Amino acid sequence: MKMGLYPGCSLEGSAREYAESLRAIAPLLNLDLREVEGWNCCGASSAHIIDHAVSLALPARILAQAVKQEMDEVLVPCAACFNRLASAKHELAADPGVREEVSAMIGMNLDDNTEIRNILEVLDKVLTPDIIKSIPNTFPHKVACYYGCLLVRPPDVVRSDKPEDPVVMDGLMKKIGATTIDWGMKTECCGASLSIPRTDIVGILCGRILEDAFIRGAEAIVVACPMCHSNLDMRRSEVERTTGKKFSLPVIYITQAIGLAFGLSPDVLGIQRHFVRMGLEARNKVPQKPLAKEAGS
Amino acid sequence: MALHVLESESLAALVNRSTGISAQKCYQCGKCSAGCPAAVGMDIAPNVVMRLLQVGTESADQKLLCSYSIWLCLACHTCDMRCPMEIDLPGIIDVLRSESLRRGAVNPRARDIVAFHKSFIDNVRLFGRMWEIGLIGEYKVRTRHFLQDILLAPSMLVKRKLSLWPGLHGRLVSRIFSRGPGRLEKTR
Ligand code: SF4
Ligand code: SF4
Repeated sequence: MKMGLYPGCSLEGSAREYAESLRAIAPLLNLDLREVEGWNCCGASSAHIIDHAVSLALPARILAQAVKQEMDEVLVPCAACFNRLASAKHELAADPGVREEVSAMIGMNLDDNTEIRNILEVLDKVLTPDIIKSIPNTFPHKVACYYGCLLVRPPDVVRSDKPEDPVVMDGLMKKIGATTIDWGMKTECCGASLSIPRTDIVGILCGRILEDAFIRGAEAIVVACPMCHSNLDMRRSEVERTTGKKFSLPVIYITQAIGLAFGLSPDVLGIQRHFVRMGLEARNKVPQKPLAKEAGS
Repeated sequence: MALHVLESESLAALVNRSTGISAQKCYQCGKCSAGCPAAVGMDIAPNVVMRLLQVGTESADQKLLCSYSIWLCLACHTCDMRCPMEIDLPGIIDVLRSESLRRGAVNPRARDIVAFHKSFIDNVRLFGRMWEIGLIGEYKVRTRHFLQDILLAPSMLVKRKLSLWPGLHGRLVSRIFSRGPGRLEKTR
């Protein structure tokens, strides 16, 4: 399947392992990704706070670039970017006046039909039964699927039908052999952009998430958002300082878990870039016959 | 498009003009505050933000614009998803934040948060794409928190999670930033 790709800034920096793992599994999923040329930052967590018009124009320019490059669908792996692009698209579609103003701001036409897709939608579509059958390994671990806010809210903007209890990621993880836990923090906020100015609040919120996942027996938390990842992984020492508790629970991207099931090495998937070490391995689907037995038969 | 604020206009009227939401719709059930993850650090709970908008006196408006809460809101959309009246609180709070900035009424405790967002936007304006080292650098200069995260940076560099140089994509967005500040209003 051919699809446009808007990587967004964090996938070139602090979340580069998310990009690495996505690019590594894409060909195995018959996903032909073509990057939107000349893309700019979507303004993520700050533009809407400082200047509403800019918060629409930045994503609008990305949408217009995708249209210019004749992309019908664009995958936006970063949940924060996905949310900004979907919000802008929603607001532009709802109000012709706003659309006209923004179009003038970017000096580009905005009559588009490009669909914005998040990583879970796309993986759900391309992990077909045939592909699942061809995957050599399983990932037989108990995991907590953490969606955060940006992938599920606001529901009408991001098209999520179960914003309080989403199940797409759980379904994907089960397809590769994992067990998923039932827990209460699936869509609780991680503290998002307060990571730098109010690290203590991020510590409290992420502490609750890690604790619930741990108590319910998860071996890892699976995420699909660079911000959730860095708050839960990179900010671990602050979480421990704020809560006074130690957590060894690793946090991995869904693309990394799938890559492991495909038999890719942790290094190719960028797992060594995480702050909290991950020791979980995938296992071969068909256990090899013990050598000794083979020699004897 | 530029925002022409009528100085006599109440905040509720400004909110209504920018978002189409009438503050009177809120019936103070408190569901928004019950689920708000940022409420732990807030000085005014989300439902009280709505209440103050309804009160609409000059001192209530002033209290809102100077509140710390409006800067703590994470835009997580838990409140509006659960609100029986579907009131878009984060949308309203965005309006209050820019108005608070415009009038120079920002709560002193919110200095770091505002510095972060300003550094972010400056970074995008200059480079077109986020350059994390630049963002952190500008944030440190604005807040003088030079030692914060000093231990994180080296390991991020080793893990190649930071680019040493910014990409030069500023020209992509220069047009967007060439207009003066102002909020775009809905034309309903
Ligand atoms: S949930 Fe809605 S109606 Fe209830 S207090 Fe909050 S804003 Fe008002
Ligand atoms: S959007 Fe803001 S006010 Fe609403 S629940 Fe989240 S943090 Fe609280």
